[in-house]
This record gives sequence, structure tokens and C-alpha cells, in this order.
Amino acid sequence: MSQNGHKVIGTRPIRHDGVDKVTGRAIYGADIQLTGLLHGAIKRSPHPHARIKNIDTSRAEAHPGVRAVVTAHDLPQIADKLADLGEAIVNLRDASNNVLAYGKVLYKGHAVSGVAAINLHVAQEAVELIDVEYEVLPHVTGVLEAMEDGAPILHEDMKTTSMGEETDKVSNVANHFQHKMGEPDDGFAEADVVIEREFTTQTVHQGYIETHNATAHWNEEGQLTIWTSTQGAFSVRDQMSEILQMPVSKVKIVPLEIGGGFGGKISVYLDPVAALLSKRTGHPVKMTMTRDEVFEGTGPTPGSYLKVKMGATSDGRLTAATAYMAYEAGAYPGSPVGAGAGCIFTPYDIPNVQIDGYDVCVNKPKTNAYRAPGATNAAYATETVVDEISEKLGVDPLEFRVKNGAKEGTRRADGPVHPRIGCIETTEAALNSEHYRSSLAKSGNGKVRGRGVASGYWFNFNGGRSAISVSINPDGTINMLEGSTDIGGTRASIAMQLAETIGLEATDIKPYVVDTDSIGYTDVTGGSRTTFGTGYAAHATGQALIREMKERASKLWDVPADAIDFEDGVFSYRDDAEKRGSFKELASQAGDAGGPVVAQVSTNPDGSGGGAFATHVVDVEIDRETGKVDILRYTAVQDAGTAIHPSYVEGQMQGGVVQGIGWGLNEEYIYNDEGSMTNASFLDYRMPTTLDLPMIETIIVEVPNESHPYGVRGVGEVPIVPPPAALANAIYDATGVRLRDLPMSPPRVQKALAENGG
Amino acid sequence: MATIYIPSLMRDLTGGKEIIHIEGADMRQIIANLETAYPGFKQRLLEEGTQRIKPNIAVMIDGRNARRILLDKVNEDSEIHFLPAISGGI
Amino acid sequence: MSKKVHVQTTINGEAVDFLCEPRNSLLEVLRDDLDLTGAKEGCNNGNCGACNVIMDGRLVNSCCVLGVEADGCEITTIEGIGSAANLHPLQQKFLEHAALQCGICTPGFIVSAKALLDENPNPSEDEVRYWLAGNLCRCTGYDKIVRAVLDARNGA
Repeated sequence: MSQNGHKVIGTRPIRHDGVDKVTGRAIYGADIQLTGLLHGAIKRSPHPHARIKNIDTSRAEAHPGVRAVVTAHDLPQIADKLADLGEAIVNLRDASNNVLAYGKVLYKGHAVSGVAAINLHVAQEAVELIDVEYEVLPHVTGVLEAMEDGAPILHEDMKTTSMGEETDKVSNVANHFQHKMGEPDDGFAEADVVIEREFTTQTVHQGYIETHNATAHWNEEGQLTIWTSTQGAFSVRDQMSEILQMPVSKVKIVPLEIGGGFGGKISVYLDPVAALLSKRTGHPVKMTMTRDEVFEGTGPTPGSYLKVKMGATSDGRLTAATAYMAYEAGAYPGSPVGAGAGCIFTPYDIPNVQIDGYDVCVNKPKTNAYRAPGATNAAYATETVVDEISEKLGVDPLEFRVKNGAKEGTRRADGPVHPRIGCIETTEAALNSEHYRSSLAKSGNGKVRGRGVASGYWFNFNGGRSAISVSINPDGTINMLEGSTDIGGTRASIAMQLAETIGLEATDIKPYVVDTDSIGYTDVTGGSRTTFGTGYAAHATGQALIREMKERASKLWDVPADAIDFEDGVFSYRDDAEKRGSFKELASQAGDAGGPVVAQVSTNPDGSGGGAFATHVVDVEIDRETGKVDILRYTAVQDAGTAIHPSYVEGQMQGGVVQGIGWGLNEEYIYNDEGSMTNASFLDYRMPTTLDLPMIETIIVEVPNESHPYGVRGVGEVPIVPPPAALANAIYDATGVRLRDLPMSPPRVQKALAENGG
Repeated sequence: MATIYIPSLMRDLTGGKEIIHIEGADMRQIIANLETAYPGFKQRLLEEGTQRIKPNIAVMIDGRNARRILLDKVNEDSEIHFLPAISGGI
Repeated sequence: MSKKVHVQTTINGEAVDFLCEPRNSLLEVLRDDLDLTGAKEGCNNGNCGACNVIMDGRLVNSCCVLGVEADGCEITTIEGIGSAANLHPLQQKFLEHAALQCGICTPGFIVSAKALLDENPNPSEDEVRYWLAGNLCRCTGYDKIVRAVLDARNGA
């Protein structure tokens, strides 16, 4: 028995798909083999911005072993229309043009043509034989440069929109929005300390280890099947339907195991090309990306410029805050600046706030979601300024956060009021942690040490749509079909909620992630929604099964169904203690009383996914000579609502922290003057390794989410938010120098120390 | 009457008013009544010729996302916000 | 396309012959020709370790070995380390410690860790971290992986 009276929730069973994954048997997207399989490859633009004058595919088509070549002219040209695909707003014309460039290429790596051949090497040879004639155009890769008058314009027909209103100005600024609450000028006038700082962050990639892949078969009846690894099979189906202009009923997506996503495996890249090549050849076509294609041709998360100003009174109360946030959208509109703006001041109760957000196109890949998209950039700015204010006021930075912390009833700057949240509880847990209370020993090797803290917030999206279909086996086990692809243990976390509801063990549930023809519409595994939203459906499924089993028991025992109770996993008739049985006992007989027991449930809960808050504490040691920052100790504190499988909650926290550390200390797309990424490999795009890190300590706080039957809050995203700011604050503590540009890589730290005498 | 928070960039339609009160049992009625009181909102909020909210705008009723077809019920004491929809926010 | 070469190897204890082009990597051969898809391609240039196999007792990135170089060699892949009915202690500890999330890097880590324990049955945490630095994981932050390997040591 775990805490809170739960039997399954809060325990740590071995995940259902674990054995397959530790023995190498699990089938990921690229592992699929089909009869008659052809292999595809993509021709990509070498220029960041150019007009396509002509594409000559004749030499490629004549190459021995080549079966088909396609370009954007093989895609239906679709209208400039926004569509709500799952939870992402997508402009379908842009989505199509991003799959295969039409008219112009907008970034180096932009796909222009696809080839299918008898094997991958032949396909890659053929790519080199496609002749594309370009008219090279001036390019712009920096967000502020792209906003300037006279900057090269990516989309000649794009005008800035502003809350539904289109202006008449052609610009790379796709969108400007503003949140305003109270009067910031008045708030700053009340303040005794006002700090205003500028920050920059660079483009970073999700860095999942599995590269993108898609295998398509367009059969003679016009039925398209795609095997792929994706965060959302139904989202892929909808995107395919829109981009290829075909009915959803003609598209089936089979989600295979997915090797990491973090927001980056929702948009389709290869799938429509593989489909066109399959249609052309009549054979299934497999396409996989190389690692450099993943860096240059998928959706990283944006570089950004932020200016944040905050004011507080001498007794430590925040009075006002403003933010100017300009995020790179990449080649097409749609950066996560909106999400960033919703998070930037949200851990705090501030009466006067103004936030201006700008979504700006640049000649880089179209950005995509990456774990709490937009929020890490934002927190880097806010949390560094809060650290500076705390220091000026001479108060402990965590005490300052507790004093100004958001709580139930606090109004967010973007309008809505917080429901029950664990912001202050999380900060207090960090304050009281053994780590924070310990003293940081001096370095014995001439290096300098420091400690930093930072907090972060992520919305956690509302539950979204989820479907579950179950059948009960006579031995009392349950086959559970679901549509949520499992990136990090959600088969387990969903099955556990069903098991809890009906009084079984986690191992009694056999979860299967199935294709889009076999289950009801299910939104993407994203927005930290899955354990909340599909778990919500699992609970509802359990309730449906209990009702059905009561009906069956009523027939078997010949008693009224409404006189049957279900408690602690046992059905019993109120008036006769003999008439009782566990779920399993009844399951063996239930089929005799009305056929097999099945249930199908779909849910789209109204309530909140439960906002997630995190506070992190980090100790660093810095080598002044090299500028290298080593992490000595790291503690992540987070409100999980209710931790269904604590090991996987810890795992989400640890994984998010380490991605945040990579973002903070090393990772960035490095561009040369030609607008070309110069470090598109895992050697040069330096993600953290085992050797860069200590163990990551975790403290799970549980303030139940009132919108979920078991109190679940999403946990996956917020842990990436605080690390860069926590590291910047630790570096300051060690050296007296504040770094306001990411990444805080050795050359940058070394330079900052040299310039500031730190 | 429900309380509507007008985003700063739409306050040109309300003569600068940040908070207004509008009658309506569901979002469609709210928007219709809003349009009557302050013309221009329909054009800003709805897809042309439809009862669907524009995909780049999110309506929140009491802190939760309303459905884009605007059939959500609204209470007397509800708070309604119009926000930029979060794109890429997954 | 150049002429295929006949290669004779021992894979997971069984004699295996295959034909491959000289340009095919061992990883390609394993995955595409021998249906051993447990080794994964994450980078195809030796930086992520997802394709790790043990070749004549040495840990290698199979993406950086040519298929023809495997001639006469003894190779162990993830498929040869344990089975569902007979898990290797490392596999068992990875499960118990929840040392995998998406699982794509897991075969590489287990093969790599096995090579470590074969060479040094009782490594320290530092030694484990040093050895595994050639394997990238993007999900876990490595904490639980390192714990699983430490827990799988002899006498642990």
C-alpha cells in the first residue's frame, strides 16, 4: 500500500513495455521491414533564402535503381488557412511548403525534392543528381535584425497581425500581442528597487536520439498507411489528410515506438514525401533522417531576445513587471512566444504587469515545441532579475519567492485566475531542503564555487481528447487499447490508474498503443497531458467497468444491481455476505451473463491540467581560466499533484533538468555569415553526457489537482524551465558576474569573467 | 452578467474599457451581445461567416479553454478572457 | 553499386554469413540484412552510442565499422545479451530502476555497460560515468542509468 490510501498509485511497478525495450525487441519507427520496400532520401537547400528558378530531376530519374522523384509540384497547392490540428495551430499552406519548398527556400536544409530507390545509398546518390537552380536572396537569422526596417523579407505577403486584426505593414513580424494588467508605471513608481535587463537565447534542439522516420504505403485502392514514430498518430493523420487533400478515412497511421519527442515529433516532415513516392511507385517507401537533417530540417526551439523590468518595495513586495519578448518563429509564423508570455511572471503575484510578445520569421528552420515551449527562455530572464532584486534587498532569494509567490486566486498577467496550485509549497520545500540548508564548501583547487536557485511554471494543457477501449479476459486481466503514444512510461501510468480504479494490480492490465483505425481520436502526447488526460479516461473506463460488472453480478446473483457495492476491489451484495467476489473472481463468470465484458470511453475533461511549478537549487564550480562550469550538486523540486509512478516522475524531472543544463551551458545552433549552421552533429552540438553531471536529486511535492480524480498534474515539461536561470545565478554567486546570454559556454563565461574582472 | 476582460490590443473597440459585463448563457450569445454593444468584435474574434473562433485566438471561461465552436455555457459570475492561442505550445 | 562481399562472422554465439557492399556499415548489415534491429542509428558518426555492439571483446559503434571488417569476428549485440525469459542483470536493473524512458538509447547503454562490467566488474560511479560518456540519452538525465549499472555490479 502506498501513501494516500492508494493501492497501485504511488508504487513503482516495472513498466509493461520494459522487457521489450531492454532486450532490443521493441520496434521503433526505423525498425519496420516490409516486402518490396524502397528507400527514400531528401534533396535539401544549401541556401538560407533563395528563389527556386528550376528543378531538373532528369539525371536523378535516370540513375540506376531510382524509382521515383517528387517535388512540391506533386503536392496539392492548398489555401492559406489556419487549422487546429490537435492542440497546435497550423497554417496548412506553410505546413505543405515546409514539407517540400514551393517557390522559395527559406532556410538551409529546407526540403526541395524526394527520391525513392532500391536502397538508401542509391537514393542518396540520386539526391546529388537533382539539379536545382536558385536565385540566392539576402537572408536574416537574428530576431532583432529581422524586425528592423529594411530587413530581408521572408514572406512578401505577410503582414503583422495583432489579436485578430491585420495591420497593413509587410514585415517579418507575424504577430504582436500584449497582456496588460493594472498600471505598470504606477507600480514602478511605488518600487524602491527597479531592475531592467536584456537577455538573449539561441536556437536549441530537442535532441531526441531517434531521428525522424516514416514508412508509407499507398495501396491500389487508394488507402494510405503510414508507420512512424510520432507524439500523435491522429495529428499525423489530420496533417496528412490536409496536406495531401484526402479524406481522413483513407489514411491510417500506425504509431511505432518513439525514441524521444519533447515536442519535436508532432509536425510531419517525411511522411507526405514518403506517401507521394509510394503512390508513384506502388511500393512501400521508408524514409529516415540523418542526424544533420534532424538539426537542419526539423523544428528546433527558438532563439529569443527579452527585456524584463521588475520593481519591488524595500519590504520585499513586487509591485510591477514588464517584458518585451521577441521570439524567432523560423521560416514560418508560430514561435512559442505566446506560451512564453503566459509563463514569464506566473510564479509571482504582481499587481501591475505588461507583456508584449512578437513572433518573428527568420531564415532558420520553422521552430517547433520543445518541452514547456517558450517558458525556459522567459524564466532565464525573469528568474535572473528576481535574483538581482533579492540581492539588492538583502533577502534570501527563496524567501523572496515565497513572499511573492502565486497561489489560488492570484490573477495571471494574461488574465485567468490560478486554481489550487503548489507554487509556494514547492518553493518552501526547496527552502527547507537538505541541499539548500547545507553550506557550500570552498573549492580546494583554485576554482570558485557558487549556489543558485530559480523557479519555473508551465501551464499543463487541459486534458484534451483521449479514448480507451478495454476487454476483460476470463482470467481477470484486461486488454487496454489507447491512442496516446508512450514516450516515457505512460502505458504504465495510464494502466496504473485503471488498475487502481477497479482494484487490480498494474500487471493485470495489458496496455497497447494502437493505430488510428483501432481507437477513438486521441490528442498528442504533449502539453504534459497524457498521464492527466488519458489517465482521466482510464479512470472513467474503470468506472464504466465497475457499472458493467455490477450488472453482470446482478444477473449471476439474481439481485438488484443497485444493491451491489464495490469497495477495495470487491463486489458485494449488501444483504447477503455470501454474495461477493473480487473483480477477478467475477471476471471468470461474467461472460456467462451477457457476453464478453468490454468498455469504450472517450473523455475531454473541462478542468485544468493543473499548473506545474518547479524550483531548483544548483551548486557549481567554475574554472576561471577555461570558463568551464561544473555542476557539483543539483536538486529539483516540483509539484506533481499526485505522482502515479514516482520513478517516472523523478525521471521526467531529472531528464528535464539535464536538457535545461545543456541549454544553459552548451547547446546552441552556431550560424556562419552565410546563414548556415556549422555544428549540425552530436559532436559539435554538445548535449550533456554522464560525465558532465552528478546525480540529480528530486523532491516531489504533491498538491492534488482538483480537476483530476486522482489529483494528477502534468509533470513532463516544467523541469526544463528553471535550470539556465539557476545556473546563471550560481555563476554570479561564484564570480560576481551576471551572464545574460545563453549558452553560458566556456568561451562566453571566460570572456565575461575577463571583461568584468570576476 | 458575465465579466469580460478585454485584451489591451482590443480596447480600441471598447473605448479603452478593460472590463465589461455582458449577458449571455453561452459564448455565442456573449459574442453576439458583445458585438451589439461594441461593434467590431465579431470580425476580430470569429472566422469569417462562421460561429467558430479564429484558430489563433483562445477563449478562456473561468480559466479553462472554451471549445472553438463556442457552445460552452457561461454563468452569471463567469470570467471570460480572450488570449492569443498558443501555437507550437505542445 | 559495387560487388557484394561474402563475410563470415559469429553473432551472439551463432555462425552467421552475409553478403554486403563494401560501403555498408556493420550497423546497416545488422539492421537491414540480419533483422537485428536492437542496435539503433542515432547519428551514424560515432557520437551517440545507440548502435553499440561488442566485437571481439571490444565495445564499438557499429555505425563506424564496415560490414566487411566483421569478417572472422565474434559479435555480441543487445539481442545476445539476454532474453525475456533470461534477462541479464543489467537488463533487470534497468527495469527496476526505471532507467529508460523512450528506450531508444537503452540497447546501446546496456551493451556498453556490459562491456564495462566485463572489463571491470566493480567500477566506481566515476568510472561508470567516464565509460558511459560515449552513450547519449536525452530522456533520463542519466541518474537512473548510472544507478542501475552500479546496482548491477558484482557484489553490489
